[in-house]
Amino acid sequence: MNTVIYFKEQFDQLQSRNNDSLCTIRQDAFDLFSKLGIPAAKNEEWKYTRISGLFNKEYQSLIDRIPALTAADLDAVRLPGHAYANELFFVNGQFSFRHSTIRSASLVVLPLEEAIKHEYKEIVEKHLGHSSQYLKDGINALNMAFVQGGIFIHVAKGKTPEHPVYIYNIIDSRTSNIFSQPRSLVHVAQNATLQIAETFATIGSQESFTNQVMEIVVEQDANVEYYKIQNDAAHTNQVSTTHIRQIGKSYTHAVTISLNGNIVRNNSNVVMEAERCEAHLYGLYFQRGQSHIDNHTVVDNVAPNCYSNELYKGMMDEKSTGVFNGKIFVRQPAQKTNAYQSNKNILLSNDASVNTKPQLEIFADDVKCSHGCTVGQLDEEGLFYLQSRGIPEKIAKSLLLHGFAIDILEKIKIAPIRQHVDELISQRLELL
Amino acid sequence: MLKIQNLHAGIEGKEILKGINLDIKPGEVHAIMGPNGSGKSTLASVLAGRKEYEVSKGTVEFLGKDLLDLSPEDRAGEGVFLAFQYPVEIPGLSTTNFIKTAVNEIRKYRGQGTLDAVGFLKMMKEKMALMGIDQSLLSRPLNEGFSGGEKKRNEIFQMAMLEPKLAILDETDSGLDIDAIRIVANGVVKLRNKDNAILVVTHYQRLLDYIVPDFVHVLYNGRIVKSGPKELALELEERGYDFIKSENQPVNA
Repeated sequence: MNTVIYFKEQFDQLQSRNNDSLCTIRQDAFDLFSKLGIPAAKNEEWKYTRISGLFNKEYQSLIDRIPALTAADLDAVRLPGHAYANELFFVNGQFSFRHSTIRSASLVVLPLEEAIKHEYKEIVEKHLGHSSQYLKDGINALNMAFVQGGIFIHVAKGKTPEHPVYIYNIIDSRTSNIFSQPRSLVHVAQNATLQIAETFATIGSQESFTNQVMEIVVEQDANVEYYKIQNDAAHTNQVSTTHIRQIGKSYTHAVTISLNGNIVRNNSNVVMEAERCEAHLYGLYFQRGQSHIDNHTVVDNVAPNCYSNELYKGMMDEKSTGVFNGKIFVRQPAQKTNAYQSNKNILLSNDASVNTKPQLEIFADDVKCSHGCTVGQLDEEGLFYLQSRGIPEKIAKSLLLHGFAIDILEKIKIAPIRQHVDELISQRLELL
Repeated sequence: MLKIQNLHAGIEGKEILKGINLDIKPGEVHAIMGPNGSGKSTLASVLAGRKEYEVSKGTVEFLGKDLLDLSPEDRAGEGVFLAFQYPVEIPGLSTTNFIKTAVNEIRKYRGQGTLDAVGFLKMMKEKMALMGIDQSLLSRPLNEGFSGGEKKRNEIFQMAMLEPKLAILDETDSGLDIDAIRIVANGVVKLRNKDNAILVVTHYQRLLDYIVPDFVHVLYNGRIVKSGPKELALELEERGYDFIKSENQPVNA
């Protein structure tokens, strides 16, 4: 398909059909998209992740209605612990209120189109689209250009929803290839707490491409945990952006688990705009087949006295390929920053590869920053140790890999989700 | 039980063992002593099946089987146990889980049924009492952050759990203070019986004060150059290895 013409047609249809409060925002974003286009390999940020090929395929209209899903369809994608969670469903990029269940009275979920009109106007106008300042590419703009059916999630001052929020990004590709663009803005007010677990699931065998953006605004003394679980089928592709903005002294904790998919690109950003913010960013990717996983992270220290810790670990099997790109910015006023970053990879086959790149830009002079990355094989000495105790080589390898993964698994504080991910990994390692 | 004949082995093309002969019977304790670089640890590694080492000549027979033909895990299944000089730290693997897997894999190899959680716990409690090992050590990741003494005690605890027929102790005394050596050695002594054998590889005599050998062999330059009763160890301690070296000067062609 001719990408630009295709998107232009779709965009014009969307704009003529939906004359809503987001019209102008969409128009601006589409203009930006037209200028930037789809990122090509010559774009340094996309050097190892080629997505232009995904745009050569035919996708069903971007603005179609939500397809009908059965209870069985939904059950098949649910995460453990869902009976005690607020469950939010996006289907083909559109938020579906009729499929969703909100159990906590303190959790506000509104269509973005509504949120920007009334009580939350100021917050939405101020924060929606902040990620574009960090992700200056056509992909981010494309999501914003088609923003409709997105949601605003809000936790009011001092509130803690008693249940976590599970977000399901479902694609129904049973009848055609689907391109979907879920969008959400999360606002956690002063002294409020929120736990989010998000996953992606494609129903159907046609190809899917999800270009998802979530922006999270964290106010003073708020506490946010975010978990991303990516285990979709091998014919699915994703660009998944999680952009966290800490605008008051606050605590955030994000864990990204990537186990499958054709091309998966994650943009995980944390912008620390207030003093004494704390951010934890963890990731675990375990890939096989021809899967490609790309974790791009940004930790931006704008204010002084912030602490960030980042640890991403990868296990790459068969012909899988991986990218880790970790940026840390320390702005000139951000004295006394403590920022740590580490990326560790184990290659399990001769055909697997990883490109890892720390990128530190430090403009303050009184900071503690460290980074390190390793790419290696499984520890031979450890393997021999286990074998010498009678443990067959295959099981010994699995035990070592599980041990490698476990310190990231332990960072998942929602127990049923942690057990679920542990089971997925143990199953793949044939330990169960 | 173990019969080593004319064993030649090396690493990266360099021959280190140059014709070892050794015969160990059930119930016996043998000590291999020798100066640094004589090939002591190489011998222990070759017997346990460390794959970097290549055997170029000779045979090793263990209970009638060709030991060199077996994988490290199968050697363990047959009853060979190596207490490591440097036990490996394995982050993320609990010591208990590791030992349970090892016990059950060896039981499988031997055609015995695997132990369930209750059976395993019972066995572990017995051996913990026997070895004076604390539960807290076993719930930690395998050897991670263990002190030198804790690592070696953990090795001997594993030996107690796996009940090997032949235990090879590779420099088990290295890096330990006198008290730790006594504790570790007493653990080994408790495991000694008429059916199993122990091969102690050591640089110093002091471990042999506790684990009293039936035979002492001096390894030098890849060969056993002297064998004798336990008094030989005391003689080495007194005279040092120099007299061995001077008696065994390589002949220049």
